[in-house]
Amino acid sequence: MSPVRSAYFRGLRASLPFTVVAIPFGMLFGVVSTEAGLHVWETMVFTIAVFAGASQFAAIQTMQEQAPVVIVLLTALAVNLRMLMYSVALAPHFGTTPLWLRAVMSYFLVDQTFATTIVEVEKNPRLTQSEKVAFFFGTVTPIVPAWFAAALAGAIVGRAVPPEWALDFALPITFLGMVAPMLRSLPHVAAAATGIALSLALAWMPFGTGLLVAASIAMTVGALLDAWTEARK
Amino acid sequence: MIDRSTLYIVIPALALGTYLIRFSFLGTLGNRPLPAWLTRALKFTAVAILPALVAPGVFWPAATNGQTDPARLTAAIVTLAVGIATRNTLAAITAGAVALYAMLALF
Repeated sequence: MSPVRSAYFRGLRASLPFTVVAIPFGMLFGVVSTEAGLHVWETMVFTIAVFAGASQFAAIQTMQEQAPVVIVLLTALAVNLRMLMYSVALAPHFGTTPLWLRAVMSYFLVDQTFATTIVEVEKNPRLTQSEKVAFFFGTVTPIVPAWFAAALAGAIVGRAVPPEWALDFALPITFLGMVAPMLRSLPHVAAAATGIALSLALAWMPFGTGLLVAASIAMTVGALLDAWTEARK
Repeated sequence: MIDRSTLYIVIPALALGTYLIRFSFLGTLGNRPLPAWLTRALKFTAVAILPALVAPGVFWPAATNGQTDPARLTAAIVTLAVGIATRNTLAAITAGAVALYAMLALF
């Protein structure tokens, strides 16, 4: 097998475990979106156009609170800001890749494709440009169709889910489950605790604006503590 | 119910904004590094926002008209505890769901 082909299949294998996690998450988005009153086609346009699960949930939730467009966008885009880091981290590895290809890659830059690709390119600095690109598209291959199909399946069964299933609580459990493994250091714990406490204290603020204040302060607390712990080393 | 005029602005605007975030450095090959304080702050976006987003719904669920619900509160705590202990998202979510249904069935 050519090195490029084998890089592609390595990428594919690396992202398979993440695909398993993406399927229930995608289905959940389809269900929640349908319950919020979106048609199947609207859910799918949303999913394909935005292609960023956590921010799609955030947008649905703030729209249900009748928040104005600006607040919905600020909240959802804030959730996606972490991808700026991904873009920064990958840029030096794809310097000679044609622009059109980097433009395509940008659309597919999500948590799972980033996490697997950055590990591969940092571990093997001697990979050629084509091998790196092939690896990246290998990671894309299982996750993208799985995510779209799962959202579609969720959207179709959406209305059939009875209220006793307490699906209202699927999103809190999912987000807490995603964040809990990240609580590895004091700054991370402090940021999460600050965000939770302030979001409760500021819940009276209109249209989810309290969340934006809470999250901004929580990020600052995390960053300051992080700088402080690093300075002490 | 979600207002359609809001939805039809949010979808394209969020799609474009999200794409531009992803394209920012990869697309332009900006080799300027981000300022250190920004890189540091970005590491904390997920932990700062995601739990804060769901916290009011954990303590005051709409499904129980805002009354604190022992089943939902327990499920949230179990999810966090298992997630921290196992460092495994899928295990945390599964444990949270089991706790939720067990509590709802019991009470």
